[in-house]
Amino acid sequence: MIEAWVAAIACAAPGLPDWPTARRVLRGELPYEPVELPRYQPRLLPPNERRRAPPAVRQAFRVAEALFENAPLAARDCATVFASSDGDTGITQRISIGLATPARTVSPTDFHNTVHNAAAGYWSIAADARLASTALSAWDASFAAGLLEAAAFVTVEGQPTLLVAYDVAVPEPLHAKRPIDTSAGVALLLTPEPSRGTLARLGIEAVASARPSTLADARLEALRRGNPAARALPLLEAVARERPTAVELAEAEACSLRVEVQPA
Amino acid sequence: MQPLGISAFTLTSALGRGCAAHLDALLAGRSGLRPCAFDGCALPTWTGTVEGLDIPLSGQLSEWDCRNNRLAEAGLSQDGFTNAVARARKRYGATRIATCIATSTSGVEQGERAYRERGASGPLPDWFNHRTTQNVYSVGGYVRARLGLAGPCAVISTACSSSAKVFASAARLIATGCVDAAVVGGVDSLCLTTLYGFNALQLLDARICRPADESRAGLSLGEAAGFALLERSEADAGELLGYGESSDAWHMSAPQPEGRGAAAAMRDALARAGRGASDVDHVHLHGTATRANDVIEDKAVRAVFGAGIACSSTKGWTGHTLGAAGIVSAALSLLCLRHGVLPRSLNTGRVDPEISAHVLLQTRRTAVRRVMTNAFGFGGSNCSLLLGAAP
Repeated sequence: MIEAWVAAIACAAPGLPDWPTARRVLRGELPYEPVELPRYQPRLLPPNERRRAPPAVRQAFRVAEALFENAPLAARDCATVFASSDGDTGITQRISIGLATPARTVSPTDFHNTVHNAAAGYWSIAADARLASTALSAWDASFAAGLLEAAAFVTVEGQPTLLVAYDVAVPEPLHAKRPIDTSAGVALLLTPEPSRGTLARLGIEAVASARPSTLADARLEALRRGNPAARALPLLEAVARERPTAVELAEAEACSLRVEVQPA
Repeated sequence: MQPLGISAFTLTSALGRGCAAHLDALLAGRSGLRPCAFDGCALPTWTGTVEGLDIPLSGQLSEWDCRNNRLAEAGLSQDGFTNAVARARKRYGATRIATCIATSTSGVEQGERAYRERGASGPLPDWFNHRTTQNVYSVGGYVRARLGLAGPCAVISTACSSSAKVFASAARLIATGCVDAAVVGGVDSLCLTTLYGFNALQLLDARICRPADESRAGLSLGEAAGFALLERSEADAGELLGYGESSDAWHMSAPQPEGRGAAAAMRDALARAGRGASDVDHVHLHGTATRANDVIEDKAVRAVFGAGIACSSTKGWTGHTLGAAGIVSAALSLLCLRHGVLPRSLNTGRVDPEISAHVLLQTRRTAVRRVMTNAFGFGGSNCSLLLGAAP
């Protein structure tokens, strides 16, 4: 079992605009109303980059910046794991559409923004974060795979690690092939030891397969299934409820995890 | 860290399929680069193409069919690699083996075909399956299913550092005890996205790439599939002695001018291996042949190793295989460790006077004990590996 401590959390999804609100919704203290989030302007990006930041970068920054408003560590002192199933499909599609024309135009900015680690790269520049950074995908299991990677990093390297999971709405015509309707993001700061303000202890185990934990509220469950980053919701609910419990983050094809959550 | 055993590895690239073809090409000084003949590409550039990828994947795994996964299949089928994995599966159990594969292109070429067929409007064709082809994870899903593995699986995609980082990720998973072994690898294939994308950034050379050469003018792209099996105490094919990772925190598509991040990754790899600069016999450079990379990497190499260290890039043989560059350098280095080869920097004529590390211009046969490989990617992602010969 891999142990890691949750020092801070952030999230952003329709109806869950921040962790304090999400925490109350997940505790059943507030009804869940899926209201779309407004477009986000990353604060840490310089003005030009802020203006031109693509949707996936905005979504990653929305939760990473929120997390560090209330975290015991500075962003530059954390390694990072960025987990996204599909990255920025708007850019991938724009490039493919351009390549399908006789001129085969590709914007150079689009091209370097299409790498799966674009958000990770922009974050490292904005936060002057020079430690290790990774970007990964495991389709619907991207959050679980990111959590495993981040927890392994914390345990083996002994370094605090920021996990950012994010996925954005997929535009047509690709949407029919990958129906993600809304954007969602979750950020966790994991540390190798508990400290003042630690929210929970996680005990993480890779398991052969499992039925995923679900949410009782039908619309929250729809959110969980509708965006790969929202697959984190059962874990967020466990932390919000402050009772020892175990959740299954299970997607048969890549990475099933059993996570014991112990409130701090 | 304790050295991690490498019990098997394999490589397929423009040099051919399997380790023997690669050793042969290295010793003969025979490049796999040719003028680009990729269908639909009108750019004056050279590429390293893997021949014979026209045959679709069939049977139970046919839903994964795309150029990138055909290349993965071609790569897995060499050097008895699937047998080595089957033995590991029997020994540890399928759930105790992780799959850590890297890519930057994945099956985006399949998406390119779909959008071409779609034309100016309307839906994408029915046959286009985004999940099993274009999506980043596709190559990991394919390899895991193909090898009958059931442990954790993720695809790492950090541009040109990707298939070096999979070694670090796998080493950590093994160190936590949640798995006993890992299949690591990288697969990237030629596509219009990377050809026209690098062209838009003015990073492609119209001539064959010439790493470290004073007249170098950019990249020759290549495609490749490479894999390695990592196990704690089976080191027949070599050892992972250390790994180092860092971020430049500088610019999305240009390296930090002093090579600060690159030097940090190399130092981190040495420190993790418990080794000093003088223990390293060769630096297998990232050496992409862009104006910026080669001179900046040289600064970093000199800062860590001093000016005398033997170094070379093999991009002149295979081209820059992007998401597969890390595994290509690792596999070629393991071959060099096994057979006692210090490869020259192919296509290099006159070394740039600004580059003062000892760039090899002749291939040498000599015992090689430890090689450092570098892989540096867009977004300032850096990863260096220290590899050792089989003990």
